[in-house]
Amino acid sequence: MREASFLPSRITRLSPVTFALLVGAAALLIVSFQQVAPSPAQLAQGGPRMAELVGRMLPPNLEHGFLQRVFWRMIETFQIALVGTAIGVVVSLPIAWLSAKGISPAGISRHVFKMMVSLFRTVPDLVWALIFVASVGLGAVAGTMTIMVDTVGFCGRFFAEAMEDADKKPQEALFAIGASRFQVLCGAVLPDAMPSLINTTLFALEKSVRSSVVLGLVGAGGIGQELKVAFDLFQYKNASTIILVIFAIVLVMEFITDRLRARVQ
Amino acid sequence: MTSEIIRARGLTKRYADGKTVFSGIGLHVSPGQRVALIGSNGAGKSTLLKCLIGLLPLNDGEVSTLGENIGASASPRQLQRLRRRIGVVFQHHGLVARQSVLTNVVHGKLGLSGGWHAWHQCIARQEWRRDAQAALAQVGLDHKAGARADALSGGQAQRVAIARALVRKPQLLIADEPAASLDPASGRDVMALFSQLAKDSGITLICTTHDMDHALEFSDRIIALKSGSIFFDQPTRDVTRRHLQEVFHA
Repeated sequence: MREASFLPSRITRLSPVTFALLVGAAALLIVSFQQVAPSPAQLAQGGPRMAELVGRMLPPNLEHGFLQRVFWRMIETFQIALVGTAIGVVVSLPIAWLSAKGISPAGISRHVFKMMVSLFRTVPDLVWALIFVASVGLGAVAGTMTIMVDTVGFCGRFFAEAMEDADKKPQEALFAIGASRFQVLCGAVLPDAMPSLINTTLFALEKSVRSSVVLGLVGAGGIGQELKVAFDLFQYKNASTIILVIFAIVLVMEFITDRLRARVQ
Repeated sequence: MTSEIIRARGLTKRYADGKTVFSGIGLHVSPGQRVALIGSNGAGKSTLLKCLIGLLPLNDGEVSTLGENIGASASPRQLQRLRRRIGVVFQHHGLVARQSVLTNVVHGKLGLSGGWHAWHQCIARQEWRRDAQAALAQVGLDHKAGARADALSGGQAQRVAIARALVRKPQLLIADEPAASLDPASGRDVMALFSQLAKDSGITLICTTHDMDHALEFSDRIIALKSGSIFFDQPTRDVTRRHLQEVFHA
């Protein structure tokens, strides 16, 4: 066998800029750890307090009247999630089309729609909830509007990506015979992207159920409001019941959406 | 019917990097002709075909297809009018995989007047659904109308693409290497079907191919492209294998 003239080094040589960036990132991580990570002393102190709190939460309150109230609050939470997601998905479809690269009829203006989706996504849902509570008042409507905006931020992005990834050949074939952009969207893009759109919608619904639970903390309706009252009034047994109900509902939702996703595949 | 299907003069196409694909090309195609456009890979036959129907813009020259002037400055309205009157089949069938065969054929009505609802067979006009089923019968696949397009073989999918082109009742049928991605037997079947349907319905057919046998067997005129210009343009009966070999050899 012929001998090789040289053996490449194990590690690629880093450029000075890359090296400086790596050192900077490591320094930032170390400083952040020192400033915001829990210290062993804090963990040692917090552990027993946590155990004490859990002790005060047990056993959960299973009183009939309370359970009935939690049930109706949970129904309201689910309604907020369902209606908010449904409206959000419907609004997301045209926005995704208008912002999708290579498909959008908006040309360069598609970036405006893209930025709008980014804005909806990057502002946290609790902030949207505060804005809607201030504009439409306390209650479920503010929660529904929050979930809607949150869903547009989530679905708008992933719907657009699914549309961009749709098979180009059928689109070319339909364009060649004079189909309009909207006809190509309906005839070729949406059918091809459908599994992805359904998946995203199911993820959005799952996410909405989780989000709608906490919206009540800022007065936007749902079970979160009940949880806040329980903590504010030190009714920890009530709080633990609510947490268990939330856990069960989120688990059931995940199970159902997983099954639906498997069917779509 | 238009007396001349295509009239082109001085066609020139350059890529963005300045490389010339072809220049100074002129051709006339009469109604009912079955034209094979041949040439080796990169000769520019697919590009020429796309320029003739306005799918790619020309850099220079004049072209009138089905009476529409679609030279370097064609308006979107002109292109739309033209595309409503042609059928196109590409090398890849371009069917929507998750839709039924019937829906894919009904798609052929998209772009036609009132065709906005032709994006799914379940909302298309009954008359168009019947036309689509008839087109499927023409290509021998009416029994597959309810099957999903991704359940078809390559040859069957290409036949459905032909049905999608036929359902428009086009005056001009454009096929860009329709048999290139098929095995030899399926490819031959598709070409035979194309040629026969065009002949029976009096549709003008322009088909690119690099298969000499297909060109000789299924066309009545052969236009050969070489080095960016027309090498020969003759009735098929006057073309010999030697002529064809010269096209494909440097």
